[in-house]
Amino acid sequence: MGLGSRGAAAAGLGAASAAVRPGPPDAVRHPVPTPPPKGAARASSRPHGMVVKAFFPTCCASADSGLLVGRWVPEQSSAVVLAVVHFPFIPIQVKELLAQVHQAGRVGLAVLGTWCHRRQEAEERLGPFLEGLGAIFSHEPWLQLCRERTSGLWSCKATRQQGPTRPGVKDQVMLVFYDQRQVLLSQLHPPAALPDRQAGDATASAEGLAAVFDTVARSEALFRSDCFDEGPVRLSHWQSEGVEASILAELAKRASGPVCLLLACLLSLISAARTCRVFKLRPLSFIWSKLSVCGQLGHRLEQLALVFSTQKAESPAQLMRKANVLVSVLLDVALGLALLSWLHGKDRIGQLAEALVPVADHVAEALQHLLQWLMGAPAGLKMNRALDQVLGRFFLYHLHLWISYVHLLSPFIEHILWHVGLSACLGLTVALSTLSDIIALLTFHIYCFYVYGARLYCLKICGLSSLWRLFRGKKWNVLRQRVDSCSYDLDQLFIGTLLFTVLLFLLPTTALYYLVFTLLRLLVVAVQGLIHLLVDLVNSLPLYSLGLRLCRPYRLAAGVKFRVLEHEAGRPLRLLMQINPLPYGRVVHAYRLPSCGCHPTHSWGSLCRKLFFGELIYPWRQRGDKQD
Amino acid sequence: MEDEQSFSDICGGRLALQRRYYSPSCREFCLSCPRLSLRSLTAVTCTVWLAAYGLFTLCENSMILSAAIFITLLGLLGYLHFVKIDQETLLIIDSLGIQMTSSYASGKESTTFIEMGKVKDVVINEAIYMKVIYYLCILLKDPVEPHGISQVVPVFQSTKPRLDCLIEVYRSCQEILAHQKAASASP
Repeated sequence: MGLGSRGAAAAGLGAASAAVRPGPPDAVRHPVPTPPPKGAARASSRPHGMVVKAFFPTCCASADSGLLVGRWVPEQSSAVVLAVVHFPFIPIQVKELLAQVHQAGRVGLAVLGTWCHRRQEAEERLGPFLEGLGAIFSHEPWLQLCRERTSGLWSCKATRQQGPTRPGVKDQVMLVFYDQRQVLLSQLHPPAALPDRQAGDATASAEGLAAVFDTVARSEALFRSDCFDEGPVRLSHWQSEGVEASILAELAKRASGPVCLLLACLLSLISAARTCRVFKLRPLSFIWSKLSVCGQLGHRLEQLALVFSTQKAESPAQLMRKANVLVSVLLDVALGLALLSWLHGKDRIGQLAEALVPVADHVAEALQHLLQWLMGAPAGLKMNRALDQVLGRFFLYHLHLWISYVHLLSPFIEHILWHVGLSACLGLTVALSTLSDIIALLTFHIYCFYVYGARLYCLKICGLSSLWRLFRGKKWNVLRQRVDSCSYDLDQLFIGTLLFTVLLFLLPTTALYYLVFTLLRLLVVAVQGLIHLLVDLVNSLPLYSLGLRLCRPYRLAAGVKFRVLEHEAGRPLRLLMQINPLPYGRVVHAYRLPSCGCHPTHSWGSLCRKLFFGELIYPWRQRGDKQD
Repeated sequence: MEDEQSFSDICGGRLALQRRYYSPSCREFCLSCPRLSLRSLTAVTCTVWLAAYGLFTLCENSMILSAAIFITLLGLLGYLHFVKIDQETLLIIDSLGIQMTSSYASGKESTTFIEMGKVKDVVINEAIYMKVIYYLCILLKDPVEPHGISQVVPVFQSTKPRLDCLIEVYRSCQEILAHQKAASASP
């Protein structure tokens, strides 16, 4: 390590960076001329060295004297102190320990300097001893931190042997205290992740203050021993009073292996059964895809398979996702069980079943009144009597059929509801999806009316537009996808114009029916949409992350914040670095779970366009559905 | 070293600027707004409650009165916690970064820290609103383009001091940034 060659320099400078005396650091007498002391306010004219930032853990502020062990980050000229090695120690063993930690965490640690925690003048003998250590563990720059026990005053020095500044020039030291436990457990969320940043196997090369977090996180192997271990080296760090552990956590870890295996097998069986049955029967698979309950159940199955998979989570984000899914499922099931107990108590299901048929009757009656109103003179508009009567009678008959079917089903409704209500034990989201499906089934006639009205209207609009082109002497060129002029025969023009007039004068009637049924359909869709929104909310809210942010805000860090501690003239500047927690909005944004995927695929503009031209709108397009 | 001066903001209200020089490389500027005045609070509360009483005499529903009390309380708490900023602080530490803290009337503090490596410069910008106003802002470096600016972060957004106050803060910040540039320029 070049001890011999450095000996002369050390001896010469031993006097220069000599006695760590109490009092201001500029009271040192030495033969080598040095720049003027730090206390002077001649900022521009003083040839100062670099400012060295020393990140010091708060737990070590009361530790006994020893060596400072940590990592030096040259790009920011900052020294991250991780632990204090106490006397007595053997230098070889210290170096071995550092090499071990380097292998485990791929972070290059070194001995950064000395730490001296002493009473007023009592431990003078420690001074030269500490100086001698600078020769054994050479590091550039060599830090000397010192604190007096009684007054609590700090003094710091950082000396360089080589470098652009003259040898023996002292750099200014800024002390930044940090809570080691919080920095170790926290996870930084940078505002925007650059696309070319490589993560994972790279050695600690994070920028800025992320380097501090990175260093502490990678040096976990250093913190494994505490003061009760009989190791060769005695360290002081955040766990030196006793390694943090919890019996419940350990038991859960041991038990989670076999439990996960069992549940993973069970879930794979269920999904295998699901896939083999669905593809066999064609009508069943069609119904399966239309019901939102099945979508929700499938989604939950996927999530549970993710949680109980036997692979360990690769990154903290994946771990958070697993935890979020687990908490979300547990809350869902708890709410579902609460709903179930509420439903089954006091015979509420019976009451619901009894109320259902009268409600369906009431809705049908209201629809009948509506149709009668349309068949008369609705809002004072004059309809085409014949078409009006035809459409009105057709819809009335359809309604009559529907009501008959509902009455046919009425004795079985209570049993059906009772069994369907049991599905609430699978979760509140499943119960809500079932509710949405029940609403869809009960308002099926409204859907049918909408389809009839829309098809009729669409046909009319197509006919009108094509005949309008004929009226103007043009036609639609399918090959060129544009409107071209065309010469028609006289009889073609005659019939075309006649049909155009007929369709035009019948337009208000059809349009009115279409409008009314579309509004009804949109109302039902809105109700279903609200339910789906609620289901989405329960599905995608990251409850574990929100709870973590509430109870342990330092775990999710948006950045850091600094506070200046009491400052005396001539003493080094001391700052306290605290974790700045992530705001709740960003927590939700960063950790939200992917939802079912049943989002409406239309924008408002395309929706209005489709409504105007009478094209059918399908609000819930599942992934992989065929277009009608 | 600490000193205090009083300035005024763009609307004419009184502001107090407290400067603390911890060391040649660390300075703090603290701008305090006038506190919530009892007069405006009483005025708003009386208006809301009179309106509620008027509605009550119309509708004869006592829920309106309880609702009015509830709304006033919630509104006041929300205003103190989310809207009313008491103090804005700018802490500039050579070689570490710039930190901006806003303290709300309820005691909540919201802090943003920008590392020195990202700071390009601190400038005073002009903005044309109903009149010309000046604001101090921090320019951030663009990681992709060496001479570009990726973001402009305005400082003292709620207290809005006038140009004389901004010049004081600007001069101090430039002294420290000059240090920083000299230190980073030399290898």
